Amino acid sequence: MIEVINLNKSFKDNKVLNNLNLTIESGITSVIIGRSGCGKSVLLKHIIGILKPNSGQVIIDGQDVTKLLPKELNKLRLNFGMVFQGAALFDSMTIYENVGFNLIEHTDMDSQTIAKRVKEALALVGLSGIENLRPAELSGGMRKRVGLARAICVRPKIILYDEPTTGVDPIMADAVNDLIKNLHDKLQVTSIVVTHDMVSAYKVGSKISMLYEGRIIETGTPEQIKNTHNPVVKQFVTGAAEGPITAQNKIVNEV
Amino acid sequence: MEKSITRAVSRRLNDLFTYAGATSLLLIKTVFWAFTPPFKIRQILLQMQKVGVESLPIVFLTSFFTGMVLALQSAYQMQRISAQIYIASLVALSMTRELGPVLTGLVVAGRVGASITAELGTMKVTEQIDALETLAANPIKYLVVPRFMALLIMLPLLTLYADCIGIFGGYIIGVFKLHLSPSIYMNMTINPLQLKDVFTGLFKSAIFAAIIVIIGCYEGFRTEGGAEGVGRSTTVSVVTAFILIIAADCLFTALFYFIGR
Ligand SMILES: Nc1ncnc2c1ncn2[C@@H]1O[C@H](COP(=O)(O)OP(=O)(O)O)[C@@H](O)[C@H]1O
Ligand SMILES: [Mg+2]
Repeated sequence: MIEVINLNKSFKDNKVLNNLNLTIESGITSVIIGRSGCGKSVLLKHIIGILKPNSGQVIIDGQDVTKLLPKELNKLRLNFGMVFQGAALFDSMTIYENVGFNLIEHTDMDSQTIAKRVKEALALVGLSGIENLRPAELSGGMRKRVGLARAICVRPKIILYDEPTTGVDPIMADAVNDLIKNLHDKLQVTSIVVTHDMVSAYKVGSKISMLYEGRIIETGTPEQIKNTHNPVVKQFVTGAAEGPITAQNKIVNEV
Repeated sequence: MEKSITRAVSRRLNDLFTYAGATSLLLIKTVFWAFTPPFKIRQILLQMQKVGVESLPIVFLTSFFTGMVLALQSAYQMQRISAQIYIASLVALSMTRELGPVLTGLVVAGRVGASITAELGTMKVTEQIDALETLAANPIKYLVVPRFMALLIMLPLLTLYADCIGIFGGYIIGVFKLHLSPSIYMNMTINPLQLKDVFTGLFKSAIFAAIIVIIGCYEGFRTEGGAEGVGRSTTVSVVTAFILIIAADCLFTALFYFIGR
């Protein structure tokens, strides 16, 4: 279980997370939705400990991530896989070195075993025989899947997805959604998916939470979210241009 | 009015100290990780190739022409007092003590410092640095240390190379244009040179190497805002390294001057 308690984060004067509370249950896929720039990536980076909060806690299996020493944090991170929005593959390395990075760096497995694991991870995302290519030689969709392969190659207990379907075509987006679901079913992992793509949210999520103005304003099953009475959530999930989210901006613009 | 000036000045000073503190901290961490195994020998060799071997042509060009110009310019003065033969010593001393290290430092700051910042900055804005961290890899250990070690070895070697090429440039002018005897020219080059002259130059170049890498990496790591941000921090990195190299040169030259007395 992951518990985020009273998390606050500001960049200079920009208050991004404002007393955010969130509980993520183990073994299911939780989706966090919200507009672009509302702090979804920032929240994920706090969960994996890349960013430090101004105050608040992130408790994973009883450990407070925000207070861990670098060494302990690195140990904890071996349980995590993170899939970045732009894949964040290492340009200077081959696909093999990218996907096998963790095993090459942190284990003393022989290269045959690593090669096998890399092959398996690539197969899980529907790719094969691209080990010796470089990221620049791949299409956007393939890069995204390689990013996913890199995350699962360590056999993580928790996978974080940062906008997995943004920037890929609708068919590829559906394939990615299927992948997330399949991986979850096969590996029994806890998944956190951050997205503003409602199709994806409904498809992969068991729980959906909405992030708005630095806090979680509603959490529920896809069914509950679809039939929500909260006007803000309603505007977001139906994708309406008119509503409380945009009304506020209008006032700001007019003044 | 007075208050706002005080406030502006104090903010500038504050920024300056923050910068000095942050870069010093990066230097300390880099040295710490440099001595912590496992050592990335392959990475260091790769970087030595990139920062050192690939800098040879441009270092050759700058120091060769500088040596020639130095000889020509001093000939203009020395001819009047019929002391052309001292041109050899003048070229040798100014190259090894001053121009070799500084010119090489500046050229490499422009070439290598810029590429370090551009590469790390791109990695930052495409979240590759974050990805490294999520894969339990320390970015300083993986990215800064190999570049630091590589340049710390290669810049003094490049400087030595620049010294020789500069002296060679002077020799070409001395022998073929001013018609000095080659053997006397060589004698007048070697004799006044002391090991100390070469070593102080090499010491300075090691300091310049640290400046180039630490500033380059620091600016890379704090890049924000896409391709535009990468361009901006690359410029800042090169300009800052230039200023610091000149300032450090001045400082150490003065220091050696007083120690040498
Ligand atoms: N490292 C950073 N430094 C300063 N501001 C940041 C940083 N990371 C994110 N922000 C700011 O935090 C806000 C939320 O960003 P982000 O979490 O990336 O949004 P999104 O929900 O689209 O993922 C944005 O206003 C962004 O400018
Ligand atoms: Mg984001």
